[in-house]
Amino acid sequence: MWEMVIGLETHVELSTKTKIFCSCTTQFGGEPNTHCCPVCTGQPGSLPLLNKEVVRYGVKAGLALGCHINLVSKMDRKHYVYPDMPKAYQISQFDIPLCEHGKVELENGTTIRVNRIHIEEDAGKLIHEGSTYLVDYNRCGVPLIEIVTAPDFRSVEDVLLYLEKLQGIMRTIGVSDCRMQEGSLRCDVNMSVRPKGSDKFGTRTEIKNLNSFTAIENAINYEFERQVDILESGGQVEQETLHFNSDTGETVSMRDKENANDYRYFREPDVVTVRVSKEEYDELLASLPELPDQRMRRYVENLGLTETDAKLLVKYRRVAEFFEAAADIDAKTAAAFILTNIFKSVPTEVEREEWQIKVSPENFRELVKLTSSGKINRNIAKRVLDRMLETGSAPAEIIDKEKLGGVDEAEFEAICRKAIEENPAAVADYKGGKEKAFQALIGYVMRLTRGAANPAQTEAKLKELLNEEA
Amino acid sequence: MVNISYYKKLLDTKALSCTELTKAFLDSAEKENPSLNAYISITKEEALKTAAEVDEKIARGESLQPLEGIPVIIKDNICTKGIRTTCASKMLENYVPFYDATVWEHIKAQNSVLIGKGNMDEFAMGSTSETSYFGIVKNPHNPEYVAGGSSGGVAAAVAGKLAAYGIGTDTGGSIRQPASFCGIYGLKPTYGSVSRYGIVAYASSFDQAGVLASCAEDTALVFDVISKYDERDMRSVGFKKSTYESLSGSVKGLKIGIATEDLMASDEFVNSAVENTINVFKSMGAEVEEIKIPFIKECLPVYYILACAEASSNLGRFDGIRYGYHVEDYEDLNDMISRTRSEGFGDEVKRRIIFGTYVLSSGYFDAYYKKAQRLRESIIKEIDKIFKSCDIVLAPTVPVAPLKAGANISPVDLYRTDICTCAANIVGLPSISVPAGFTDDNMPVGIQLIGGRFKEDVILNAAYAFEKETGGEYIKLSEMGCGV
Repeated sequence: MWEMVIGLETHVELSTKTKIFCSCTTQFGGEPNTHCCPVCTGQPGSLPLLNKEVVRYGVKAGLALGCHINLVSKMDRKHYVYPDMPKAYQISQFDIPLCEHGKVELENGTTIRVNRIHIEEDAGKLIHEGSTYLVDYNRCGVPLIEIVTAPDFRSVEDVLLYLEKLQGIMRTIGVSDCRMQEGSLRCDVNMSVRPKGSDKFGTRTEIKNLNSFTAIENAINYEFERQVDILESGGQVEQETLHFNSDTGETVSMRDKENANDYRYFREPDVVTVRVSKEEYDELLASLPELPDQRMRRYVENLGLTETDAKLLVKYRRVAEFFEAAADIDAKTAAAFILTNIFKSVPTEVEREEWQIKVSPENFRELVKLTSSGKINRNIAKRVLDRMLETGSAPAEIIDKEKLGGVDEAEFEAICRKAIEENPAAVADYKGGKEKAFQALIGYVMRLTRGAANPAQTEAKLKELLNEEA
Repeated sequence: MVNISYYKKLLDTKALSCTELTKAFLDSAEKENPSLNAYISITKEEALKTAAEVDEKIARGESLQPLEGIPVIIKDNICTKGIRTTCASKMLENYVPFYDATVWEHIKAQNSVLIGKGNMDEFAMGSTSETSYFGIVKNPHNPEYVAGGSSGGVAAAVAGKLAAYGIGTDTGGSIRQPASFCGIYGLKPTYGSVSRYGIVAYASSFDQAGVLASCAEDTALVFDVISKYDERDMRSVGFKKSTYESLSGSVKGLKIGIATEDLMASDEFVNSAVENTINVFKSMGAEVEEIKIPFIKECLPVYYILACAEASSNLGRFDGIRYGYHVEDYEDLNDMISRTRSEGFGDEVKRRIIFGTYVLSSGYFDAYYKKAQRLRESIIKEIDKIFKSCDIVLAPTVPVAPLKAGANISPVDLYRTDICTCAANIVGLPSISVPAGFTDDNMPVGIQLIGGRFKEDVILNAAYAFEKETGGEYIKLSEMGCGV
């Protein structure tokens, strides 16, 4: 009888080489405070210099989410005091964001409206060590886009589908690796509850800075229960900002409405107006790659893959590209190799996203070709693929070296004859109409050829020999 | 006349070595500074090192750059790598920057000899150099008077011959007003002419570094060195030509606007200096016409609202965490930051931070900040229009005669003395204060020549012409300083 209403603010770290206002590297990790300079540590007198690449990445993200791009926008200062923010203000965009009015279609049919996307700088990291605080400014000034949706989510499922989709899109257009565990995708959840069927919004709370799918799911579920409990016991939900403690699984108050931040936004006087030329806009639009959704539909409609398989393939841009290296030969075989064999060797999200496997697209294509043409059977192909994953060698080389290359014609016939001679019972059963008994004969041939024989060819040969006998 | 070319000649003719010249300035600075208080730091080691390099160059028979070997004072809100930069605040009492401001890079590249860092109002907030944590700057011509502010230390050092020229900053009059009080030249360039990179920001959309010097030629010479485009300041434009080369001394046909109604001084000596200057220009063939300056009454509140708003934001970074003053014991983060700021900042700085925070806070933003921002746009439009028919606007630099130290003027009354200077900062126009008269107490009085955007050459040439015509009789250098 209660319904959750959720809007998301998602922070995505952009993978530009340098920071948004200085030339320090954006690389994750590094000894604390080594990716820093006067600008990103807010030294007195330093000035920001806007990295044009950040604007281009922001525009790409906007185009991929179907946004209107504001060719003229501006930067503003957003003030708050915290040790991880060395200037005591964040350079962000307030009333004129780079992108507005986009949308994301979820596979369950829900449409999520994207209100705006703006560019801004990330803060550093505060580390508690006993009673002292330490600050690492390496992340300070790493470019972010903040993607703000309308309150269009009605379930945890919606939220998770949206985030997965967002990850896929951002990775495909190459603006971010969206690694939640490294903090390059983080979420603020704005949430209220209301009786199902109501069209009014309840009082919302904001859960800050969630950085894993599990945390998001648990935080939403906990907060939903909490708000419903309050309302059912006749209370009122307080408008406040919450922090989710993943150890206890509870949301705790950070600040209430009275102590809400007054960000005192005003135009950043140190950064000139942000302009995107029409030419640049056209160029970015034209260079936008096929998005995961379009790609998925193409795989289903043109290549005959199942939707499930297609979705798994398009989730990671590099995987999809790898697949396409062999898809024209035999899409189903290529998909099966990737999803069942290769994925087993790269089990984590990060590994799949990075796709640093030893098999080159050319070798993969070769393997699919050999399999599809019947030169080697599937069992052999899988063994070859496993060796390719270990060594990076070409399939032909492995087949040669390990003598996996089929069986020669005369030997094959001899083995088939032997199968019939040695298994009189099975032959009798088969002749007596028990089709199943025939499988035992095939299995026998496979055993003797150590799997190198082609099952279809084996079946044909055996039948041919049995007919001869008759 | 004692100016850059005079010292240059001493070096060129080998009448003095650069080390001897430097020592003479260091000696006077060390002798006079305890009472004058123009310098926060005297950079003896740095100075002698540079001087030795210059002497080697002279020994090798190499020709010197325009400012090579010339003693200079730099205002203490300009970052100098490895040299303490305090902004005259307890907050930065021991702050040593690890990078150079662009303007200092240009001066350094010239091998100009840094005698020291100039005292000033704390974070450049003030008009008398009395808000300095390091004590009041005295006027070199009479210790009962202030040197003006906020670049008071630089003005006092140049007028007191404790440096040959100086670099200051001007947000609402902070170069021109002390230049006027000390009897020297002070140029605030067009916003964008000189890079702001490495200058501790007070009000980012107004701040501009400029020159304090003892003659118009020197001012042009130094301006040419520092006015280069800098990609590290997104608002930097740079100045494309040499103002020094374009000093012709002719003002024939120059159109000078005066706004007797809008920009009148309350002091008779200031008004007579203005009148006299007008007459001199007329006698040289300039055309003088009466103009109206729209919104002049709004300039002061617009300036203070916007400048304080930006200041409240710019000074937020002083939290005691990465640099600067911080309290030793505290209860928590919040306590540490708030007490650091309470103890580290002086009253005037706190007053402007609180005022600026107020005009930006929700509920007041529209009534103050937004309205002031809109008015600023109108003022810019209207004042730019004036320069379609005028080459220069002539006005008092300060509406009052030099102020006495400890006069105990209320903050708002003191703000009012910025009325003539702040318009140039609001619009971003170049303006120079020119020595033009004296009070009955023999204190200097300056007048101001405001030019169109990037017309530094025009106002410098007018200042130069006036100086030639009057034989430099209003320039006032104290005998206290270097007597070489």
